[in-house]
Amino acid sequence: MDGHNKLRDLAVSDSGFVFDPYTGSTFSVNLTGLTILRGLKEGHGREDIVGELQTGFAAGDADYHRDLDEFVGQLRNQGLLPLDFSVER
Amino acid sequence: MSPLPAYERPLIIRHESGLMNKFSRVQSMRPMTHLDGVAVAELMETYGSPLFVFSEKTLVERYRELRDVFSLRYPKVRIAWSYKTNYLDSIARVFHKEGAWAEVVSMFEWEKARNLGVPAEQIHFNGPYKPKAVLDEVLPAGTIIHIDHFDELAVAERVAVEKGIRPKVAIRINLTADGTPQWSRFGFNLENGQAHDAVMRILTGDRLELTGLHCHLGTFILDPDAYRQSATKMVDFANRLRQEQGITLSFIDVGGGFASHNTLKAQYLPGDQATPSFSRYAEAISDALGKLNYPPREMPTLVLETGRALVDDAGYLIATVQANKRLPDGRRALIVDAGVNVLFTSFWYKHDVVPAQEFRGVFEPTILYGPLCMNIDVVRDTLLFPPLNVGDQIVFRTVGAYNVTQWMQFITYRPAVVLISQNGQHAAIRKREDLEIVRGPEQMAPWL
Ligand SMILES: Cc1ncc(COP(=O)(O)O)c(C=O)c1O
Repeated sequence: MDGHNKLRDLAVSDSGFVFDPYTGSTFSVNLTGLTILRGLKEGHGREDIVGELQTGFAAGDADYHRDLDEFVGQLRNQGLLPLDFSVER
Repeated sequence: MSPLPAYERPLIIRHESGLMNKFSRVQSMRPMTHLDGVAVAELMETYGSPLFVFSEKTLVERYRELRDVFSLRYPKVRIAWSYKTNYLDSIARVFHKEGAWAEVVSMFEWEKARNLGVPAEQIHFNGPYKPKAVLDEVLPAGTIIHIDHFDELAVAERVAVEKGIRPKVAIRINLTADGTPQWSRFGFNLENGQAHDAVMRILTGDRLELTGLHCHLGTFILDPDAYRQSATKMVDFANRLRQEQGITLSFIDVGGGFASHNTLKAQYLPGDQATPSFSRYAEAISDALGKLNYPPREMPTLVLETGRALVDDAGYLIATVQANKRLPDGRRALIVDAGVNVLFTSFWYKHDVVPAQEFRGVFEPTILYGPLCMNIDVVRDTLLFPPLNVGDQIVFRTVGAYNVTQWMQFITYRPAVVLISQNGQHAAIRKREDLEIVRGPEQMAPWL
């Protein structure tokens, strides 16, 4: 199964509740994570998602690219993305 | 336009059933916006943060429940309020108004009880330290002392002779009960015959009137059966004293020690599931008392010195979030304005703590730090907690026992304490400390 398909089937609520229909597992995701997850579900690329983080939140001195990669790592670890998945440039 | 939410590092957390028990049960966390109908926001505005708040309603309810479940099973019950657990005047008075006697362990506590109008004859005086000057005052006044050791016994006899009185006394005994650590440092040991020796000594001296037996097993005892064992041993001893020596005791005092709805650090199940009800303790103790070989009219009074189980549930501590922090291991940390100087019981308990306002967002492992510049200042080990903003309040629940007596004036001032009445009035029953109060007893060395 390819990663995009599985992402598309994840149920994600506005409050950050995530349900994986393949395993029955549930997750909580914070607002920034929610933004990234939605972007990935819709097939957005790296620059788009980073742009959404920059405009959607009060500016911090965050390293958005690092945070995005780290979050994708979390999704892989939770079995929500295939192990070879990475966000396109 | 509403301001943008603060940027946080993105995070996803799997819900695991084990995790719920380990850190707390997320689903059941509800904000506590009001205490007995009074808004936390109003209390903060009136008295400032941090703030201890007590519910008179809960104090009275717990007291009546304890009295009623024991009286149902045993006809003569007396509750002696354990001063060390919480000796604020207003708190002690709530219990005295309900009929409680006093249980004290120092002259300071005795004076506090007397000052509240408790008759000296309605005070049980415990503890290993009752110097002659103390006995000189409390014995002629009629206070019942629970003798801890042979040296005290000798001093009490001397006072009796000097004052020409025959004081009523009890002896404190210690014994083994499965599942409790033996507090053998207090009182006379029952199993090795020391307690019997103490009784014989009192009889031979013929200066003191032995009227009771006392045994305080320990504190936060989760197993009612420990009381069945201790009460059974006391009853056997009382039967033996009656049969062999013709002694009729007027009371048997099983001490304090019932668990409150708190959760010890080493405990797995949370307190609201693990803590036995008062009925279960009452059953265990009254079963044992049923074996007393006393004629009905001479049955001794059962004395309870219940402390934490009466007052813990009634106390809250409101604190304010000062900062959010991310620790290197990924955990979130909150810094709040109440530390272990104020919430002393953080050393023993995984405190039940909830936000005081509606919240949303992801629950994350979070540790709560106090404001002291000390590594030990952790008021709550890691629990799953929602994100909070600086200035938000949190409410620690079940903190009514021992905190407002064992707190320390350390680094900063101690907070005010407020009582909410049964009809929703509130008043400060202890003011917040200030420089004048703390400096009060100090004196500058004259040469400086
Ligand atoms: C003699 C005595 N009685 C009563 C108590 C009250 O105990 P608790 O708060 O566990 O009920 C104590 C507390 O240590 C005590 O030492």
